[in-house]
Amino acid sequence: MVPLSYYLVLSGILFACGVTGFLIKRNIITIFMSIELMLNGVNLSFVAFAAHWHALAGQVFVFFVMVVAAAEAAVGLAIIIAVYRNRETLNVDRVNLLKL
Amino acid sequence: MTQNPYLWLIPALPLAGAAINGFLGRRSSKNAVTTIALVFPGLAFALALWIAAQFSSSAAPYGFNLAHWIRAGSFTADFAFYLDQLSLVMLLVVTGVGFLIHVYSVGYMWDDPGYYRFFSYLNLFMFFMLTLVLANNYLLMFIGWEGVGLASYLLIGFWFTKDSAASAGKKAFIVNRIGDFGFLIGLFLIIQHFHSLNFTEVFDKIRPIAPETTGAGLLTTIGILLMVGACGKSAQIPLYVWLPDAMEGPTPVSALIHAATMVTAGVYMVARSHVIFERAPIALTVVAIIGTLTAFFAATIGIAQTDIKRVLAYSTVSQLGYMFMACGVGAFSAGIFHLMTHAFFKGLLFLAAGSVIHAVGGEQDMRKMGGLATYIPWTALTMGIATLAIAGIWPFAGFWSKDEILWKAYQTNWVYWLIGLVTAFITSFYMFRLFFMTFLGDYRGIQVDKHGQSHAAHGHDAHGHGEPHESPMVMLVPLMILAVLSLVGGLVGINDGFDHFLAPVFSSGAAAEGAGETASHGLEMLFMVVSVLVAVFGAGLAWVLYVSRPYLPQKIADSLGGFYEAVLNKYYVDELYAKLFVKPLVDGSTRILWQGVDRKVIDDSINDAADGARHVSDEVRHMQSGNLRSYAGWIAAGAAVVVAYMIWLGVGR
Repeated sequence: MVPLSYYLVLSGILFACGVTGFLIKRNIITIFMSIELMLNGVNLSFVAFAAHWHALAGQVFVFFVMVVAAAEAAVGLAIIIAVYRNRETLNVDRVNLLKL
Repeated sequence: MTQNPYLWLIPALPLAGAAINGFLGRRSSKNAVTTIALVFPGLAFALALWIAAQFSSSAAPYGFNLAHWIRAGSFTADFAFYLDQLSLVMLLVVTGVGFLIHVYSVGYMWDDPGYYRFFSYLNLFMFFMLTLVLANNYLLMFIGWEGVGLASYLLIGFWFTKDSAASAGKKAFIVNRIGDFGFLIGLFLIIQHFHSLNFTEVFDKIRPIAPETTGAGLLTTIGILLMVGACGKSAQIPLYVWLPDAMEGPTPVSALIHAATMVTAGVYMVARSHVIFERAPIALTVVAIIGTLTAFFAATIGIAQTDIKRVLAYSTVSQLGYMFMACGVGAFSAGIFHLMTHAFFKGLLFLAAGSVIHAVGGEQDMRKMGGLATYIPWTALTMGIATLAIAGIWPFAGFWSKDEILWKAYQTNWVYWLIGLVTAFITSFYMFRLFFMTFLGDYRGIQVDKHGQSHAAHGHDAHGHGEPHESPMVMLVPLMILAVLSLVGGLVGINDGFDHFLAPVFSSGAAAEGAGETASHGLEMLFMVVSVLVAVFGAGLAWVLYVSRPYLPQKIADSLGGFYEAVLNKYYVDELYAKLFVKPLVDGSTRILWQGVDRKVIDDSINDAADGARHVSDEVRHMQSGNLRSYAGWIAAGAAVVVAYMIWLGVGR
């Protein structure tokens, strides 16, 4: 039996990787993948807790997160394609038309 | 109390007329406007007559609760109406004389571009006055009270393009506001101590209280405050100044304001509150003194005025003083009696004066009139009757009511009687002066047209110049009806008939009334003879000065010098008020309130706040770089702070 803390540490590492990638990467696709990483890090902690406490709610919640993430991915990729067609770049630093 | 479901219709009808004419009048034809303007008040008058016919047989007051209005805890004030003998008299006067004035206005205002507007205001005035008269609580009465203030403002300033008319309207409104202030505080005191504004409830609670003979107690305070309100509305010293200026309005307005409505509101209110006043002798004395002084003071000003309407204005103030005097000596029914007869003859005087002004093409200066009796005989005849009535010549209406007041005043204090008698003399003098200057002697006006021009050419032209011409029938008929009323209106007072009619309302208290019944009838007869003699003497003096020896007045005026100047200029009261109150107020509000408080405090603080917000946001907006990763950084940093807080400082607890 793997202790709970292992899962949580792994979850934290995954989340931190996601945050770091989100902050330092410029390519929108990479940023997008970093967001997925963060989501799945959180998912991991959810299922870990669910298994530990024998509570089903955490498992159910993970399904919700997955569904929403899938929907978000669909919308997000569509936006990325639209941005690329318009700006011919995927560099987020150059997608700043809303700047003051 | 008998329920009468038709009561609310009486004020509602003129309101409907005002609304229809006010909203649709601009697009309707003049005939349609006229029909609506006359039918609704006419219906109200008919309804009032119908109710009066039923009422005289049953003496119990009528009541009707139309709708709930304010219900706060135990305090209630409803749209509820109340009709007893007192309000019945007022009701008939307001609707009756008011309706006649409406009819007259059709002729007088026919050529005015604001024809529909005028009648809309006139109906509105009737509505508010009827609300005031029929209200069963002080609050509803106050609505009517303020409403007539509003309507008078609109009507006095009817020709608002004329600067003097606009400011006269404002003056009337503001001076009335001062009085309303006292009235309101009086009402607050009543609520505080009697927890109601309903007439019957308040008076039932006050009746057991003994009169406050020593010092000023609660009832005295309330009484004096109510009187301040009445002073504003009924143009008593020191708040009478708005009334003479109110002559800037069209003449029918003057008649309506001064005869049938508005100014009588104060007298009515004091009479309605007689339960309070009877238990506050000091307040009553104040009312009597103010009334007496006003009667005398205004009469002396009336002597020197040359504007025909201003003479009448001051005579109104003076006659209202009589009514206050009557109320002040506890003879409320005498005051209401005079109110009624005054409504007849003063309404007539104003309408006749309007007819004169109409005849001479808008001229109001009596020095440019004269000899008009041959040109406008009907006007002259009716005005003559009104003059006799106001002068108090037997058997005209004014004689009965004025004599009643003087008699009651004598029983309280002979000083009131003496001043009242002197005032009666002056009244008779200046009224006959007006009559003689206007109708006798030679015509002194300017004639623009040639005499040969046919009469029909200017026909009904309201302000056509040329030879003075008689007014159309629509104006003359109201004059004649009012003349008949001025002739016979006083007869209801014979054998105290009017007194007895109002007795159910006023008998409740420990008033001075009835005390005089023991005095001898012979003395009363003597008094009547004396006052008629005084009136005749005044008329005779006017005859001597203005008909047989017209050069004398100027000589007398010259010999009086400064005093005559003072009287001519109304004792400089307006100038005094301007110096004492208006100028300090204007200066103070300019310097302290406008440039001090408004500009320095309010404007500056708001501008500073706006400037500050702009400076701060100038700095802060750089956070909005548009750079996605910097936003993400802010979010991550914020999340980190929250997490750190939760780990090291704990959550809650």
